[in-house]
Amino acid sequence: MATNLHLRRKLTNGVMLGLAMLSTLVALGFLFNVLGYVLIQGGSALNPEFFTHLPKPVGETGGGMGNAIVGTLILLGLASAMGVPVGVGAGIYLAEFGSGRLGTAVRFVTDVLTGIPSITIGIFAYTVVVLPMRGFSTLAGAIALAIIMIPTVTRATEEMLKLVPGSLREASLALGIPMWKTVLRVVVPAAMGGIITGVMLAVARAGGETAPLLFTAFGNRFWSFGLDRPIAALPLQVYTYAVSPYDDWRAQAWAGAFVLVAMVLVISLLARLFTRGAPMR
Amino acid sequence: MVNTQGQTGRVGATAARGRPANLGDRVFKSVVTALACGILLLVGLIVFKMIDSSMQSIQKFGFDFLTGTTWDPVFQKFGALPFIYGTLVSSLLALAIGGPISIGAAIYLSELAPNWLRGPVSFMVELLAAIPSVVYGLWGIFVMAPWLRSSLEPMLGNSLGFLPLFKGPVYGVGLLAGGLILAIMIIPTITAVSRDVMRAVPNTQREAMLALGATRWETIRLAVLPYANSGIFGAFILGLGRALGETMAVTMLIGNRPEISASLFAPSYTMASVIANEFTEATYELYLSALVEIGLVLFGVTLLLNALARLLVWRVAYGPTGG
Repeated sequence: MATNLHLRRKLTNGVMLGLAMLSTLVALGFLFNVLGYVLIQGGSALNPEFFTHLPKPVGETGGGMGNAIVGTLILLGLASAMGVPVGVGAGIYLAEFGSGRLGTAVRFVTDVLTGIPSITIGIFAYTVVVLPMRGFSTLAGAIALAIIMIPTVTRATEEMLKLVPGSLREASLALGIPMWKTVLRVVVPAAMGGIITGVMLAVARAGGETAPLLFTAFGNRFWSFGLDRPIAALPLQVYTYAVSPYDDWRAQAWAGAFVLVAMVLVISLLARLFTRGAPMR
Repeated sequence: MVNTQGQTGRVGATAARGRPANLGDRVFKSVVTALACGILLLVGLIVFKMIDSSMQSIQKFGFDFLTGTTWDPVFQKFGALPFIYGTLVSSLLALAIGGPISIGAAIYLSELAPNWLRGPVSFMVELLAAIPSVVYGLWGIFVMAPWLRSSLEPMLGNSLGFLPLFKGPVYGVGLLAGGLILAIMIIPTITAVSRDVMRAVPNTQREAMLALGATRWETIRLAVLPYANSGIFGAFILGLGRALGETMAVTMLIGNRPEISASLFAPSYTMASVIANEFTEATYELYLSALVEIGLVLFGVTLLLNALARLLVWRVAYGPTGG
């Protein structure tokens, strides 16, 4: 009887631990399956032309997504130029002055912003930029992406600044250096690695977003360099081609996905390396 | 965390009180305060704009908007129930499939994995979150949906076809496809948060169980999981919030047909995907207003869920408790 119970407990233990391991393998299996298909299907459809040429009209083979790749870079650049200063500034506020009620409110609202579905941010950008400007535009897309970047950058900046020991601030202040110089020249540089990581993760996330661009940047089959004109973006182009009925377009969608995934993964990996190399903790 | 915050707060306060703040300090403080208030204003403006733009539809349809089952822009009839149904069912399906897998993976990462494996495996699971939604959609259309159509759905139909859930013709795309892709997409969220919550369980709890002669599973079941209970629940809610708002992959896989059907094989539609598909085609103001109202409902629901999740998770994993 006693050995029976013992056996049953051992058996349950083995089964449950096995299931936990199996779950991990299943999760990793999904990752490798998705990445594998992107690598094989995308890699085989990829050629130098893909990076430099415009999309070809229906019926003609070849062509590329050069304009979409450049478009994504332009959108990300503009979005960073708007989102990063706001995010870093607000992060500095939260870490250095944010112990009061305003700080709590900003912290809460930043979390809210993280959780908002990205498509509603697209709607917002549509109502405040596209409607008044009477047309889809690069600016609208960049603003939508900037809003998506802000909470990530804010929270990363705050967390990183808080890790900087208070004694460092005290030492600087004791030397008679004003608070603003202490923060900008002592505290922020000490947390730089972490802040850059946060910014890069935000860029990676924004770079893969499609939903908020659908009715802001809208997409464009040609090169586009005006703030007030629609612009192509890689994720948008992948979406359009993926749901199209043409085999050639579908192959290009895989190639686009390959470039997109490579971009996002490289940025994420670099971000990790940055934190590891930084003289933190 | 709480400690450092108190510390820096004190330093700032002393600097401000000790001597008349110089001009640089005042300017600096106002600039960063303005930026922080900018985020407050931004979210306020988002809420205001969403309500303002959906006013027309709210006034015209009132509460019927949420219970109406007909969505016919040609005849100006807008009932959002099919979208609400599709969103809820696909998201709950995602939780039902992705939740257990995530808990298993979190248990492995927190309790079982050897130290050298923990970091890399955690990183790889989190990579799942870094893959853009549109790439999941692409993979779903060309890899998962054909597999569902030719293997899984016929199999389910043959063995469990007596249930209304698994009746009807198979298309590949539909509620099941949407739910599955969402499951994959929320696994990293739920796994990461659950793992953090389990790591926050004091080691003394585990040691006490083991010292009583418990097996490792018994330790997990009786010492770790009860302690991490509400945090894991919070992780689920967080995953649910993510699933509800997810747009692209679902739009590509759910079939986009505004109908309510008991079968998981049937095409459906979600709130996010109807906005994605029809927003640029909305030819008159009421139509646009109705779409924005769907966005507003989505916004409200995800807001509530996130607040709830944060309350649950923060207290357990990142709060001042722990041991």
